[in-house]
Amino acid sequence: MPSYLALTYTADVDWTEPEQAAELAEYREFMAAAGAVVPGGTALYPTATATQVRVAGGKGGDVLTTDGPYAETKEALTGYYLLDCADLDEAVRVAAKLPAAWNGAVEVRPIIDFGG
Amino acid sequence: MTSAGDAVARLVRDEGTRVLATLIRVTGSVDVAQDATQDAVVRALQMWPVDGVPDNPRAWLLVTAKRRAIDILRREARRAGKEAESMITDAVPARDDLLRLVFTCCHPALAVEAQVALALRTLGGLSMAEVARALLVPEPTMAKRLTRAKQKIAQARIPYRVPPDEELPARLASVAATVYLIFNEGYAAGSGDSLVRVALTAEALRLARMLADLMPDEPTVLGLLALLVLHDSRRTARLSPTGGPVLLADQDRSRWHAESIKEGVSLVGRALRRSPAPNSYVLQAAIAACHALAPSYAETNWDAVVSWYDVLLTVEDTPVTRLNRAVAVAERDGPAEALPLVDAIEGLSGYPWWHATRAELLRRLDRPAEARAAYENALTLDLSTPQADHLRNRLADLKEAEKPEETQEPPPPP
Repeated sequence: MPSYLALTYTADVDWTEPEQAAELAEYREFMAAAGAVVPGGTALYPTATATQVRVAGGKGGDVLTTDGPYAETKEALTGYYLLDCADLDEAVRVAAKLPAAWNGAVEVRPIIDFGG
Repeated sequence: MTSAGDAVARLVRDEGTRVLATLIRVTGSVDVAQDATQDAVVRALQMWPVDGVPDNPRAWLLVTAKRRAIDILRREARRAGKEAESMITDAVPARDDLLRLVFTCCHPALAVEAQVALALRTLGGLSMAEVARALLVPEPTMAKRLTRAKQKIAQARIPYRVPPDEELPARLASVAATVYLIFNEGYAAGSGDSLVRVALTAEALRLARMLADLMPDEPTVLGLLALLVLHDSRRTARLSPTGGPVLLADQDRSRWHAESIKEGVSLVGRALRRSPAPNSYVLQAAIAACHALAPSYAETNWDAVVSWYDVLLTVEDTPVTRLNRAVAVAERDGPAEALPLVDAIEGLSGYPWWHATRAELLRRLDRPAEARAAYENALTLDLSTPQADHLRNRLADLKEAEKPEETQEPPPPP
């Protein structure tokens, strides 16, 4: 059971573009090196591809689909990684190896274990 | 309280902190450990003055607190329908328990205000109400702050551990900053403030001594203790009878505490011998030692002070450090040399002491109109009442000195 989620906040780039190749390679290196404690994670398409879904008037109401939201700040959510770490210090050590930590920021959040 | 009673209270408090540290490790809960330790401390304070202090006070407190912790855990387990865990029965104090508690309270993942509150509550053993009063925060706000911090420790799993060597310098800096902040809270308190607020300086000194005891070879820790001891040596001289600040230049040095200066200077030596690289706390303490050793403000070794600031700037290049260096340059080389240095510092236009320093230098350079404007700028910024009073007095002196001049020769129209 992964214990932390690392969210990467960086420039709102398109990881599929050739100019991101060098940085993407750094993420692959990270996965190769830290794979044992990173059971999952990947990059996301830019916020221009985001779709917001709401249901109007409560459960069962009309589905409202809108474009966005676009990143209004310099840094957008661009990826996520699951971490399998025993405590916060370990999680911070792994998160600090994500390229986002030096190109932007990584938010580390503990995952609730409902024991189910 | 009698002095014997005082000694018992001090012993209970010091040993209580260690017992708390051990119980947090074995129960894994700050709350349970705190309740149980509190209970044992209250019992000790009732029984020891009457029955005498037991041979091994720490063991007595630990056994008593452990029993209570087991009760609490059993009760909680019953409520949750679980078996009480037996892990706690073999609780023995570990050498590093207190250090673990220090590093957990001052973990950088906690907000600084939370670190300060936790350190005072757990390491200092202050009650929640005392912490709130000392930090000028309403009690419900403080209760919420402490609860959130303890929740984060539990939910984000901030470890109860002494950091490995490669992380120690950065983590120690965080610990030292917290203790220094506690000291400054107390140092900034005027005579009108509550006693518990003024007592924060003593609390910070106690914590710094504890750290120096636990890590006798760490330059940061020795430098921190030296700095606090040297600041504290001027305690009685730095406030006027009305509670206003007395500048270093105007302090009655015969009222400085000679024993503290001796201790502080010797700590600076110890810290310097153990510093492989320049260390901010050690350097600040070295500067404080230059002031402490000077027979008068004029006889201060300003050359040495400026040199220490030069080294300090290599590890901590901040606008305020530059300002302090410029003040020392003014004393060594004169105001004409210092003013361009002060004017060149960027980012301090919101800092009252930048304006006040400019005002003082301009006054010495006999440029009263500019000096007055600079004092007035300083007074528009955030200052404590005694500090603002002090600047208003300087401004009034300046106007007084200007008056005859103005009557003879009115200033030219703008």
